[in-house]
Amino acid sequence: MNTIVQAKQVGRSVNRLEAREKVSGRAEYVHNMRLPGMLYGKIFRSTVPHGRILSIDTSAAREMPGVFRVVTSEDVRKVIPHPYYGPAFHDQPILAIDKVRHVGEPVAVVLASDPHIAEAAAQLIVAEYEEMPAVFDEVEAMTSAAIVHEELKPAGTFPDLKHLKGKTHTNIALDFQLRRGDVDKAFAEAAQVFEHTFRTQQVLHVPLEPFVSIADAGASGLTIYTASQSPSFVRIEIARLLGWPENKVRVKVPHLGGGFGAKLYIKLEALVTALSIIARRPVKISLPMEEQFYTITKHAATLRIKSGIDKDGRLTARKCDVWWNGGAYADIGPRVTQKSGFTAPGPYDIDNVSIDSYALYTNLPPAGALRGFGIPQLVWAYECHTDMIARAIGRDPVDFRRQNILREGRPQATGTEMKDAAIEAVLDRVAERMNWSGAFDRGTGTVRRGRGVAVAFKASISPTTSMAVVNLFADGSCALYCSTVDMGQGSDTAMAQIVGEVLNLAAETVKVVHPDTDVTPYDMATLGSRSTFHMGHAVRLAAEDVRDKVVALARELGLPEGTNYSVPDLFKKKYGMQAGNIVGVGSFIPSYTPPNYGTGQTPNATPFWMVGGTGAEVEVDTETGHVKVTRLINVADVGRPINPKIVETQLSGGALMQLGFTMFEKMHFDGGQVTNASLADYKIPGIFDVPAIMENEVVDAVQHNGPFGAKGVGESATFGVSPAIANAIDDAVGVRLTELPLNAEAVFRALRAKANNPLGDA
Amino acid sequence: MAERTVHFTLNGAPVTAVVEQHHNLVELLQREFDLFGARESCGQGLCGCCTVLVNGMAVSGCLYLASAVDGAEVVTVEHLGSGTTLDPIQEAFIEQGAFQCGFCTPGFILMTKQLLDANPNPDDDQIRHYLAGNLCRCAAYPEIIQAVKSAARKRVSRATT
Repeated sequence: MNTIVQAKQVGRSVNRLEAREKVSGRAEYVHNMRLPGMLYGKIFRSTVPHGRILSIDTSAAREMPGVFRVVTSEDVRKVIPHPYYGPAFHDQPILAIDKVRHVGEPVAVVLASDPHIAEAAAQLIVAEYEEMPAVFDEVEAMTSAAIVHEELKPAGTFPDLKHLKGKTHTNIALDFQLRRGDVDKAFAEAAQVFEHTFRTQQVLHVPLEPFVSIADAGASGLTIYTASQSPSFVRIEIARLLGWPENKVRVKVPHLGGGFGAKLYIKLEALVTALSIIARRPVKISLPMEEQFYTITKHAATLRIKSGIDKDGRLTARKCDVWWNGGAYADIGPRVTQKSGFTAPGPYDIDNVSIDSYALYTNLPPAGALRGFGIPQLVWAYECHTDMIARAIGRDPVDFRRQNILREGRPQATGTEMKDAAIEAVLDRVAERMNWSGAFDRGTGTVRRGRGVAVAFKASISPTTSMAVVNLFADGSCALYCSTVDMGQGSDTAMAQIVGEVLNLAAETVKVVHPDTDVTPYDMATLGSRSTFHMGHAVRLAAEDVRDKVVALARELGLPEGTNYSVPDLFKKKYGMQAGNIVGVGSFIPSYTPPNYGTGQTPNATPFWMVGGTGAEVEVDTETGHVKVTRLINVADVGRPINPKIVETQLSGGALMQLGFTMFEKMHFDGGQVTNASLADYKIPGIFDVPAIMENEVVDAVQHNGPFGAKGVGESATFGVSPAIANAIDDAVGVRLTELPLNAEAVFRALRAKANNPLGDA
Repeated sequence: MAERTVHFTLNGAPVTAVVEQHHNLVELLQREFDLFGARESCGQGLCGCCTVLVNGMAVSGCLYLASAVDGAEVVTVEHLGSGTTLDPIQEAFIEQGAFQCGFCTPGFILMTKQLLDANPNPDDDQIRHYLAGNLCRCAAYPEIIQAVKSAARKRVSRATT
């Protein structure tokens, strides 16, 4: 324990701390947990996309033997008078009140000790609705007569939502504008102007551990066990709903079986809380896979992008209009609209920029954050658009990008000067790995080959806070208490490495205490690749606090500076036996200046930039439209990696997830009803979908204000995958797809259209 | 609902349990034996998270009726290795970083065991073919393929030493 650790902890590929538990099937997930007297809840959901609730007949369900109780919003309001929640808007009811806004919205819950009985009884509930006109398309929602929410209810947390309070007759949950320079003048003076419109589809996170939460309400408070990425938010929001102090709500999070942005904010937590208070028993709800499709999704979006270039091919103006399909409840959609909105013009040096980004309510299942917080949708548009311009003016796509790329020290669209964003280096490394300037086999006959690149960036979510506590025990071992949720990204291990680095301990010996809001201090949430930077700093500060206190203790004990007294000996000298603790505290919030409302301008838009680039090589079968991605190159600027092996797995995994969103994943709807809500019909990437060649690289870079030079990595490899592949398809067969996914049907239709022999509708 | 008593061997020990007709094997393992390594995810036998070995064959525990294990030999991921040492497959999965969230990992490990029992030295194609029925949303597939190959080498070297 007290041996001097020679190897540095940061920068070492430490195996995951929890690896043994995971390979032996003994890792703790919420799905393992059962409490004495626990009831299981089964949700009865809306079958219509928009309708007034006329009646809910629960009598047959109530009478089924074994049913403990059936709960509707009427019961919920007796224990929570204003049962509306949400991070940006207080718009989502715990159970539907008066009307339903999407198919699959929770309307009632059956409680029983046997989950099979709860499920059977839920089938006996009958609800009658007066159907109302519904809107599903995000652009139509701008002007639709179908209004999803009668009145907008911003949560008050965000200053840029205040002006929406009490608004009626609108589906716009946030309008973000950015204005820089004079785009109209620049377009008028441009040598050429290009305009294209793109679409992305609604897809799903599909963590293999579906949503699961347990609430146990007792006389002295409430404990929630939940698969959540944001335990601190859950505590604060549940306390607000109940009108209780924070200290009466305890939220515990063990391991997560994947999150990807799905398990943020409130999902099942408010519902199980209300049910447990009503039933006076612990209540667990675990969603089956099908119901994940009605809980939270990734925004479909329509993106229109227009650019002007001068006679030398320099981008002089760009105008972006983006409509985000937020579904029936805002969730974090308004943040997606703003936070990703300001990077809509891409990592290019453009003097004149105009952005209008709208979060729209529709009658589809709600959309939230999914590994990239809106960025992959934007990159899909701007990196296809960039390639299309390059091809139109006869320029090499890499060369055209390099000419226009946003370099260090230059102002981004917000006016913030770029710092520690290795955009050009990432592009260069992608091109070098692809041997871009070399010869390329273009295929023959019915199999044509092509290649494409994309490069992108993302700002961090700001300003957000992380706190950490490091506890040094009297034998010299230590524990870290932090509310960052390890959902597979390896944060426990990375944080232990930071503690080990500061305190000169092997990372493997540091205990990381999992989020428990009664024990672990506040953290904004595990999202947006923010933890390594924010929590990394808090953990570093907490460990440094311990280190300083150890030095102070030695001084207090009259020992000379640089004493070789071990930590256990110091404790013994102080307390006369193995006793006591040294507790170090760290808190971190980066500096940030919010964008000016209306112009989006700020000198300090983000504490750090994430940069990712993708290179793709494809084979297209011209007879079937089938596309095979034969090589996928993922390069990122992650600063200095804390754990190179885990960083590589994050890059590889992020790229492969985005490959699914690119090639085949899509939620299909019929009148607001998801028609492929199962893994039989909604396919996620399997082992055969992995390209034959996968290459991952981090460029040599340092994030100067990051902990040990590091920054986030979880999303960076997702950014460029979709446009790089679409660009490669264009390169192979000369067709341009503007809508995801790039499945065989879409490619084949485009090939037939190009041959002036278009296919009819299916 | 009709109940029935089943007698079977679970991880090497004879056991008895009362099951209802509609219970699946995952529920039986979780409710009666506190074994959570086999876990239900897709509920359709498509993701492999619920993989259990029954009479040496990998089955989808979410589709396998509990009553059908009567007389069978059932092995779960918890049976691999001993209390203090790991099975070479488990070691290889750790060393190659072949998982992230770990939810699908027991299923992959049991499928790998069945693969290596049948084919001690599989090539990449054989590995992919064998593991095509297991899904990993964290997409640690490249690392999983490396882990299977590493496990194969470990098993060979341990068998010969």
